[in-house]
Amino acid sequence: MVAIDPHARAAVPVPDDVEPGDAVRPGHPVQVKRYTVGARINHWITAISLVLLALSGMALFTPKLFFLTGLFGGGQWTRAIHPWIGVVLFVSFAILFIRFWRANLPAREDVDWVAHSADLLAGREEKMPEVGKYNAGQKGVFWAMSGLIIVLIGSGIVMWDQYFYDLTTIPQKRWAILVHAVAAVCIICVWIIHVYAAIWVKGTIGAMTRGEVTGGWAWRHHRKWLRELVRKPDPGARGPAE
Amino acid sequence: MFPPIPNPSLAPEAAKPTFGEKDILRRSASEVTPPAQRLTEVAKLIDVSKCIGCKACQAACLEWNNLTEEIGFNHGVYDNPMDLTPNTFTLMRFTEWENPETENLEWLIRKDGCMHCEDPGCLKACPSPGAIVQYSNGIVDFQHENCIGCGYCIKGCPFNIPRISKVDHTAYKCTLCSDRVAVGQGPACQKACPTQAIVFGTKDEMKGWAEGRIKDLKSRGYENAGLYDPPGVGGTHVMYVLQHADQPSLYAGLPDNPRISPIVETWKGVTKYVGLAVMGFAAAAGFLHYVVAGPNKVAPEDEENAEKLVDGTGAPPPAPPAGQPEGRV
Repeated sequence: MVAIDPHARAAVPVPDDVEPGDAVRPGHPVQVKRYTVGARINHWITAISLVLLALSGMALFTPKLFFLTGLFGGGQWTRAIHPWIGVVLFVSFAILFIRFWRANLPAREDVDWVAHSADLLAGREEKMPEVGKYNAGQKGVFWAMSGLIIVLIGSGIVMWDQYFYDLTTIPQKRWAILVHAVAAVCIICVWIIHVYAAIWVKGTIGAMTRGEVTGGWAWRHHRKWLRELVRKPDPGARGPAE
Repeated sequence: MFPPIPNPSLAPEAAKPTFGEKDILRRSASEVTPPAQRLTEVAKLIDVSKCIGCKACQAACLEWNNLTEEIGFNHGVYDNPMDLTPNTFTLMRFTEWENPETENLEWLIRKDGCMHCEDPGCLKACPSPGAIVQYSNGIVDFQHENCIGCGYCIKGCPFNIPRISKVDHTAYKCTLCSDRVAVGQGPACQKACPTQAIVFGTKDEMKGWAEGRIKDLKSRGYENAGLYDPPGVGGTHVMYVLQHADQPSLYAGLPDNPRISPIVETWKGVTKYVGLAVMGFAAAAGFLHYVVAGPNKVAPEDEENAEKLVDGTGAPPPAPPAGQPEGRV
C-alpha cells in the first residue's frame, strides 16, 4: 500500500498521465480539476470546427444532404469555407495534441482494460482495471483523431483546387477525394463514439465545461489518476494540501 | 462535301428553342424521370485528316461565347494557349509524329474539347443539384447558377476538359453550342471550319459520313483509319475520324480507352452508401446501448471512497498491477 502522504511527493516522479492543472480539491463531495481553461477553449474550438466540417463535408458527400449547404450560405460558400475550417481544426487540434499526447501514451493496464471492455459496456465497471487520466478507449479516440486529421488535412490540400490545383495530377486528386471521404466517415464515427461516451458516462461533460469532475467520478472511472493526484497535490494551484 | 446547314430563318417562330428543361435526361445530384421521348441524338464529327490547323474554330468559339483569352507567350509551338482554360473551350493540339512504317513526319492536329459523353463522368461526380445536365439529344451542359466551383467534374471527366474560372468560381467547358443547336444551327466551330473538318448533324448521319471518310483514308494507305466513338463512356457526341484509330494516344494524349475512373465510381458508389450506413449504425448503436444498458452513473459509495482517499482514512487499496489478473477481485 502506498502511503497517502503529501510529503512523499518529492520522491515520486510526476506520472505521464497527470497534466498541468490537474488537482484534487477536498470537500463534500471532493472536486477534481481535470481541464484548464486553456484546454477547454482549445477543445471547443476543435469541436465546433469538427462539427462544421462534418456538416459542410456531408453536404458535398451526398446529394441527399446537399441542403446542409444552406447553413453556410449556399454551395459556393460551403465549397470556399470548408477547407479554411479544416485549417482551423488542424491548428487547434495540433495544440490539443501537444497538451494531451503524453497522458495518452499506452500504459500497462490498457491491455487489461480492452480485454474487459465488454464488461464496461454491460455496466460491470467493478471488473475494470484502475486506469490513469485516460482509459484505453479515450486513448483510442485521441490517436484515431490524430491520425485521421493528418490524413484529412493531407488529402484535403490535394483537393483544394483554388490554391493547390497545379501541385498534383488529376489521378492523384481522385485518390485524395476517395481517401478524404473514407477518412471523414471514420472520423465522424470516432466523433459519435466520443460524444456518446460523454453522454453515457454521467458527470463527464462538466470536465469540459466547468473543468471539474467529482471525486466519485474520478474514483469510479480514473482511480489510478485520482490516487496519483492525492499523492501529489498540484503545487501550482495552491499551498500544500494540509 | 457534306451539305452545309442552311442559315437560320429570320421568322420569329424560328427563334423558339427546340429543346430545354423537358428534355433533360440526367441532372447532377438529382433524380429525374427521363423524358418519354428521346430527341434525335446529335453529334459533331471532327475529321482530323482534313484539319489544316487554322484555328478558325477556336476563334469562332471565343467569338460566339463572347470570351477573350488572355494574351499569352509564344512557347515555340503552335498550341496557343498551351491548355484549355475557362475561356478556351476548344483548343487545337499539334503533334509532330514520325510514322515508323513510312518514315514520314505526320502533323496530327486534334481539336480538343468536351466530348459530350453518353455516360458523363463530370455529371456523375458533381455534388450540386442541376449544375450539370444532359439533354436527351446528347448535349452535356453546365448550368452556372447551380455550380459551386468544387472541381469534382474535373476529377470525374475522363478527358480532362472542365476548367474552373478564377473570376466567378464556376466550371466551364464546350456547350456544343446548345443555344445554337436549340434553334436549328450547328456549333460555331463547325460553321467556321473552312475545310469541313468539323461537321454537325444527327449522330447517325455523322457515323455514316465518317464511314465514307474512313473508306477514303483506307484507300489512300491509312489502313488503321477509323472512328473514335469510345464505348467505355457509352459513346460520345463529339467524334473523331483518326488516321491512326488504333493509337488514339498519338493525338496529344487522347485516351485509348476512356472510362470514368474506377476511383470516382467507388467514391460516388459504394463509399457513399456504406459510409452513410456506417455512420447511421454508429449513432443507432449508441442510442440502443443507452436504452438497454442505461446511463453509467457515479454511485454514492464512489463519492465516499474518494473522500476517504483524499482524507487518508481507509479507502480501498489499489488493485495489483495488470499482468496478474488472478490477483484481482
